[in-house]
Amino acid sequence: MLNSVVQGILLGGLYALFATGLSLIFGVMRLVNLAHGDLSILAAFLALVVVRVTEINPLLALLVVVPAMAGFGYLMQRGVLNFTLGRGVLPPVLVTFGFSIIIQNLLLEVFSADSQRLNPGRIETASIAIGKELAIGWFPLITFVVAVLIVIGLQLFMSGTSLGRALRATSDDQEAAELMGIDNRRLYGVAMALALAIVGVAGVFLGIRTTFGPSSGPDRLLFAFEAVIIGGLGSLWGTLAGGIILGVAQTIGAKFSPGWGILTGHLVFLAVLFVRPTGLFRGTQ
Amino acid sequence: MSLLAVHGLTAFYGDFQALFGITLRIDEGEAVAVIGSNGAGKTTFLRAISGLLAVPLDAVHFAGRPVGGHPAHELVAHGIVMVPEGRRIFPSLTVKENLKVGAYRKRSGPWSLERVWELFPVLAERSNQSGATLSGGEQQMLAIGRALMANPRLLLFDEISLGLAPSVVRHLYHTLPAITGGGTTALIVEQDVSQVLGVADRVFCFRKGQVSLEGRPADLTRAQIAAAYFGV
Amino acid sequence: MTEPAFVVERGTRTSRVGAVAGAVVLLMLAALPLWGTRSLMRMLVEFISLLVLAQMWNLLAGYAGLVSIGQQAYVGLGGYALIVLADDLGVDPFASVFLAGLVAAAFSVPTAALVFRFRGGYFAVGTWTVAEVYRLLIANSPRLGRGSGRTLAAVFPLAPDTREALTYWLALLIGTGAIIHSYLHLRSRFGLSLTAIRDSEPASESLGIDVFRTKLCVYIIASFGAGLTGALIYLNLLRISPDAAFTVNWTAFMIFIVVIGGIGTIEGPIVGTLVFFLLREFLADFGAWYLILLGVVAVLVMLRYPQGLWGLIADRWDVRFFPVQRRVRFGAAPAGEADADRSAGLTSGAT
Repeated sequence: MLNSVVQGILLGGLYALFATGLSLIFGVMRLVNLAHGDLSILAAFLALVVVRVTEINPLLALLVVVPAMAGFGYLMQRGVLNFTLGRGVLPPVLVTFGFSIIIQNLLLEVFSADSQRLNPGRIETASIAIGKELAIGWFPLITFVVAVLIVIGLQLFMSGTSLGRALRATSDDQEAAELMGIDNRRLYGVAMALALAIVGVAGVFLGIRTTFGPSSGPDRLLFAFEAVIIGGLGSLWGTLAGGIILGVAQTIGAKFSPGWGILTGHLVFLAVLFVRPTGLFRGTQ
Repeated sequence: MSLLAVHGLTAFYGDFQALFGITLRIDEGEAVAVIGSNGAGKTTFLRAISGLLAVPLDAVHFAGRPVGGHPAHELVAHGIVMVPEGRRIFPSLTVKENLKVGAYRKRSGPWSLERVWELFPVLAERSNQSGATLSGGEQQMLAIGRALMANPRLLLFDEISLGLAPSVVRHLYHTLPAITGGGTTALIVEQDVSQVLGVADRVFCFRKGQVSLEGRPADLTRAQIAAAYFGV
Repeated sequence: MTEPAFVVERGTRTSRVGAVAGAVVLLMLAALPLWGTRSLMRMLVEFISLLVLAQMWNLLAGYAGLVSIGQQAYVGLGGYALIVLADDLGVDPFASVFLAGLVAAAFSVPTAALVFRFRGGYFAVGTWTVAEVYRLLIANSPRLGRGSGRTLAAVFPLAPDTREALTYWLALLIGTGAIIHSYLHLRSRFGLSLTAIRDSEPASESLGIDVFRTKLCVYIIASFGAGLTGALIYLNLLRISPDAAFTVNWTAFMIFIVVIGGIGTIEGPIVGTLVFFLLREFLADFGAWYLILLGVVAVLVMLRYPQGLWGLIADRWDVRFFPVQRRVRFGAAPAGEADADRSAGLTSGAT
């Protein structure tokens, strides 16, 4: 049981990686990117291509994937998504949903429906044994540590840099921020680039941890969403906590019956939603 | 050459026309007041100047260049900065962070964090508090300080007396000379006529989207102003 | 200045002509089993299914502003309800279709209790999440066939020709009913309050419209419609599985059809469904490309022509087959139809 909880916590780190990007974008521009999960799968496939072509370790492929995803995010935001903002609820939902369907089916056409896996070598299965019951995999541990580092980094960025302050100001009052000389369009592009860079990391780590295919995206979106809601809007640490709670719920659920892992996570999410809709940790919103 | 030259400025909100051809000039270093009742078009005028409202390119000239319709964030770089109506400070930022955001465009000039603390000591006391916890008057000071951090050439004030106690408003207007003294040009929109006439070099009165009166405060009688203000 | 005489009217010349033409088309369609092929019938059942799904989503998102991407939940629930009612409980399969709609509506109430806590984008994801929960619950249920699903056995006693004709007529009934229902509903005060809510919730509240109840009402109706259609779909297909029944592709079709066709109008989804079928036929040999193209077109339409294809046509030629607006016509006393084209055309909402 202890083992399951620990595995769940470490899994939560991965979920937090997914959730952080989603939370960032919603916090800054009130946009829920429905293609969020599919973009992480896109990143995983990109890593796959890089690995196949260069035969380097998938973790090194991050050096290509992360900048590529960031660039793509900036272009996507400035080229398309900026035009969906401030026009009501439907355009952002529809356009990002459209992206989701487009990306899934493009990947399907290009790569077929086969399951894929990224292989980082020995590090994937290596583990540390703690006591008699506990074995912690190196890779899940690394994933968790990276997630925490990214959350810390993002916090420092938002509170300590001029750009981070500008992002927070824009999310508070877009027009007043413009009066301070802040160009919202460019800033949103930067925010999306940042979010997709994180999504790139999440996608590669996911691809190493488990098999993935063109239609694996939506589940990731749902988990990210659940982690954000459980943790509470507006709090990065809350999102991390939400990811952990979700990870633990899924792992313990799966222990009782394999088909029930994900469902348990969903049920815990619904329970939190029912009892405490604002999430377990209050943020700045 | 005037710092700000507005010629035949018209402005619309959809089909509704708010300004019917405003023409005025402001020279560098002047403090100019724009008064008028609700709906006269004062705030629309400021929104047009500051870049929040789309207007024809040639309707507004700043330092000789046509800037009508340029987006607000660009105009800040040129030195046109507005203290918006309702303060609109950033609630999830601290006082200090609010001020720092003002300096986003990194324009050079005499204003810095230290000088703002000097001008508004009460802000220094609350520098690490969230902007939302300040009183109305303090928020107004913060909004002004934030705009000053952008080192403006032309500072626009949109109804700073709104919602504030008279003593607070008096205090704010006392600090105005310290702001304009350094050569910053000020365009002050106000409903509270008495306060602003004490600091303005010239005054314009707006009524129904047009200029109804123009002159130096010393040269105008109360009756003239009332007539231009209310149209009776 | 004296006030000009005016009349508030509903119908336009086009709509009156359209109504007659529509009745003729309907009669022809009703007689289809006598003169058409089986594959044509099956295709029409599919067409009608998608059309009704689109109409329901249009009602939800276009009129009530509830942008849900979880309607596939009710398609699936309706389909499974059909199987349970017809096979396990022995209810007549065709009657079960309607009951299945009620089952879906029943599930929509607790669902709404949860998802209505969200707004905007998070509402959308919330509905998707709940749909996934339903899918997983059913996929884990041995009685419902787990992952491999079940087959509808209750219709086996019927001859294939009879079954297909009956399914077809049922579809025709449902399709016509859905369109008439939408039309009547939206013409009524209810429809007006929906438009008001869509335009401004606070303003509507201040006028005494119970926003929450109205939205809940619409949500339940739309879910009933989706469930009904889900049952119809699986009555036609005979075989159901969780992945197929609860796939988000249903929502993709609904959304794309409505957006491309023209959101917030009744004609829009009809046009959109036609476009969808054409696209699918053209790209039949190219696998998933028709979905990609559909997605691209939908995104483009949303960004550049948000009123959709029908919106463009209606605005250009002032054509309305299902007039839900009220027009003010200036001039003398209520005159003949020649004046309709000269009307002031002050509309009160929709498009």
